[in-house]
Amino acid sequence: MKLASRHLLGLDGVSHQDIELILDTAVSFKEILNRPIKKVPPLQGKTIVNLFFENSTRTRISFELAQRRLSADVVNFAASGSSVTKGETLKDTARNIEAMKIDMVVIRHASAGAAHFLTQVVKANVINAGDGCHEHPTQGLLDMYTLREKFGSLKGLRVCIVGDILNSRVARSNIFGLQTMGAEVSVCGPSTLMPREIERLGVKVYHHLDDVLPHVDAVNVLRIQLERAAAGLFPSLREYHRFFGVTSERLAKVNRPIAVLHPGPINRDVELSADVADGPHSLILEQVLNGVAVRMAVLYLLGLSE
Amino acid sequence: MSQQILLQQGRLIDPSAGTDRVVDILIEDGIIRTIGTGLAAGDGCEVVDLAGMVVAPGFVDMHVHLREPGYEHKETIATGTLAAAFGGFTAVCCMPNTNPAIDDESIVEFVKSQGQRSNRGIVDVFPVGAVTKGRDGKLMAPISELVQAGAIGLSDDGAPVHDAAIMRRAMEYASMYDVPIIQHCEDVALAKGGVMNEGETATRLGLPGIPNVAEEVMIARDVMLAEFTRARYHAAHVSTAGSVALMREAKKKKIKATCEVTPHHFTLTDREVCAFDTNTKMNPPLRTQADVDAIREGLRDGTIDVIATDHAPHSLDEKEVDYIQAPFGIVGLETAIGLSVTHLVATGVLTLSQLVEKFSTNPRKIIGKEISVAEGQAANLTLFDPGAEWTVDCSQFHSKSKNSPFNGTILKGKPVGIVNHGLVLINGTYTGKHI
Amino acid sequence: MDTTQEIIDAKGFARTVTRLSHEIIERNKGAETIGIVGIRTRGDYLARRISHAILDSEKVAVPFGTLDITLYRDDLRGRLSQPRLKTTDILYDITGKNIILVDDVLFTGRTIRSALNALMDLGRPASIQLAVFVDRGHRELPIKADFVGKNIPTSSDQEISVLMTETDGQDAVLLITHIQEGEVR
Repeated sequence: MKLASRHLLGLDGVSHQDIELILDTAVSFKEILNRPIKKVPPLQGKTIVNLFFENSTRTRISFELAQRRLSADVVNFAASGSSVTKGETLKDTARNIEAMKIDMVVIRHASAGAAHFLTQVVKANVINAGDGCHEHPTQGLLDMYTLREKFGSLKGLRVCIVGDILNSRVARSNIFGLQTMGAEVSVCGPSTLMPREIERLGVKVYHHLDDVLPHVDAVNVLRIQLERAAAGLFPSLREYHRFFGVTSERLAKVNRPIAVLHPGPINRDVELSADVADGPHSLILEQVLNGVAVRMAVLYLLGLSE
Repeated sequence: MSQQILLQQGRLIDPSAGTDRVVDILIEDGIIRTIGTGLAAGDGCEVVDLAGMVVAPGFVDMHVHLREPGYEHKETIATGTLAAAFGGFTAVCCMPNTNPAIDDESIVEFVKSQGQRSNRGIVDVFPVGAVTKGRDGKLMAPISELVQAGAIGLSDDGAPVHDAAIMRRAMEYASMYDVPIIQHCEDVALAKGGVMNEGETATRLGLPGIPNVAEEVMIARDVMLAEFTRARYHAAHVSTAGSVALMREAKKKKIKATCEVTPHHFTLTDREVCAFDTNTKMNPPLRTQADVDAIREGLRDGTIDVIATDHAPHSLDEKEVDYIQAPFGIVGLETAIGLSVTHLVATGVLTLSQLVEKFSTNPRKIIGKEISVAEGQAANLTLFDPGAEWTVDCSQFHSKSKNSPFNGTILKGKPVGIVNHGLVLINGTYTGKHI
Repeated sequence: MDTTQEIIDAKGFARTVTRLSHEIIERNKGAETIGIVGIRTRGDYLARRISHAILDSEKVAVPFGTLDITLYRDDLRGRLSQPRLKTTDILYDITGKNIILVDDVLFTGRTIRSALNALMDLGRPASIQLAVFVDRGHRELPIKADFVGKNIPTSSDQEISVLMTETDGQDAVLLITHIQEGEVR
């Protein structure tokens, strides 16, 4: 059992077999997370650096927990207050860190392609923890894990991703991964937040939630960045909530439960109303737990891939 | 004692004279003495066998960034003209986005004299002056002085002349000297933040896009201004099907508008970006197959007048960064002929004679540096082998920078040498006694 | 060329399971304090057989679980292909219990070392006793079984194969001898 690549840069192009291997492996790790002693030894002696050029407390904590539970040694590097702000290039930063004998690098960066670039300048395994608007593969995997656990299978599952598709790496990873696993993916949001030719990725495009909700089993609601309104992509958060917010009233129009996912952190009562976020069909807290299991699976499979 | 060189059995293609035949050319002290067949070499005459090769009026690359003054770590006038010589060009037009910009006659003089000092002056360096002071789009540069000092055209290349009123006035002013305004066609507000073509591939990669309409609205506006002012307008590096259509319409209306295309825009598409190779990042960006097809059609039907490289050298350190941070541009001088023969001549888009038009006759007409291959004229020639196959090896480039997406590509059609100002450079060595 | 010799047949297999379960009950003075843990894959099936045998004779359903030791293996790194990770499935608290750890073949002892570590991460048993179906010798670690179905001394070119109906369609123990081409025996 082995993944085709020694890096995880995105889900675009990752095979059905590899995604299944990761999700199956995560099942074993989720069991470990429910034990009194949540630690196992397979990455003992491995050193992992979390290179975070963008703030993301949640993703970093989730990765760090996963790493520590696999008994790896963990070093965290945050861009703020480091030499990056003094003009050091990503290449120099990476090479310096690698000179300290690092086995794996988890990178979060504001530029799409930063993780790809890193594989060209360091020898360590690279895991993309989000690169610009490109991909966030472990988020995609944990969303898929959560859906698979809930529905039993991803094949034929109908999932709508709602919100700012243009700027979302979570949307891209979900689209690529879910399609590979045989799910039917649609997207819904204001036309200014839809990237051009998105339909060529094989998704159906909607601009009205009421049109799409009757046809889906689950919605994955994206966080709307407050600065997008300032950038003139839509008029206001109030209007966004009225027309694109996932609310219990909207969901109630459909006479069956629709599972709700959100990658966090939530802007309550903007993209998602509070009662839905805390409601019976919300899988949001499951996602958080599954995130650790899925990241353990990825670290385990890549960490032993030499 | 005079120096004689006999070019034997070359296929002379000179579209301006309608010539296409195998001839011998005898050059004496840089002047074409005789063109004929079966010419005999006298005592001390160097003989160059050109069987199977094309002899053409000297090629000019009318869109080159020589980076000097200011960015000598990327390229100097010496290294840039050496790359031009090895790429088969006897002249280059260098863009004014240097530091300081070419917005003053002293800089024009400096660039020209650096050109004359470099590589024995075998490659003519024709500066393009800035349209506005400091290329900042606000105040008109001293256009009369620039032209008098030797600028062959005006451009703020690297950036567009964005303000329509300033563009109008610059066109009107430049028309006094009949020099073209060369526009970098880009609506900066529409293109803002973009790093590649907006479309399916950018959507897949999550990279910010530059829509084709950012280029087209600028060309549409400029063509209308050119019609209004009756000035000469040249659209640099057109990249979209829509731009080609706009230029075709403009020509139909007899507007004095010409345009150029780069070899990478008729060979590559935005799919090349998928591996995040920063050598696929240029402005305008690589577009889609439909755009490539439209550009080839534009070359074929004459809508596109010129092939120019937009040779934009950047150092390895500058390009070895993440895609968004990387600067735009690739080097092009040493792959232009190979790419053009491979993708245009071998595929039947252009005849060899039309290719010579795009590289020599047409650009020379636009910049007012026409030449002809005739007895009594100065020998200004490009020699290339249209049948030779070779593999691009960027490490062998004579340019100071190696930023090209074509490393390892097999091309057909190879520059063999150039003749200019009494100098003959063939296969990398100078021929002739007084060298 | 390999030669195969059947050491235990189906009947012998059943007798051995019964005997092992009796020895376990005897040593622990009944079945009330024990919990059974089988090591995936065949140790797991053997453990089930033993727990059924105990249920038959003692009328006590002993808690039963399955242990996957993959994450604790000492040869995890440097293998060309990683073993597929399976779940550990022990739904009772092992703390305070006398745990009977069951595997099919005891060889180098490395699997048992991994299993001991894995068990320790799950709780603090009163004791851990080791039951194996076959002990073939060649220990590399100081580990000894408490209950042995059969001792089968082997040489290094021999292999023990424990077949079970659940996975192989029959119950048997085979001794396989690998003979090199041209070798005289």
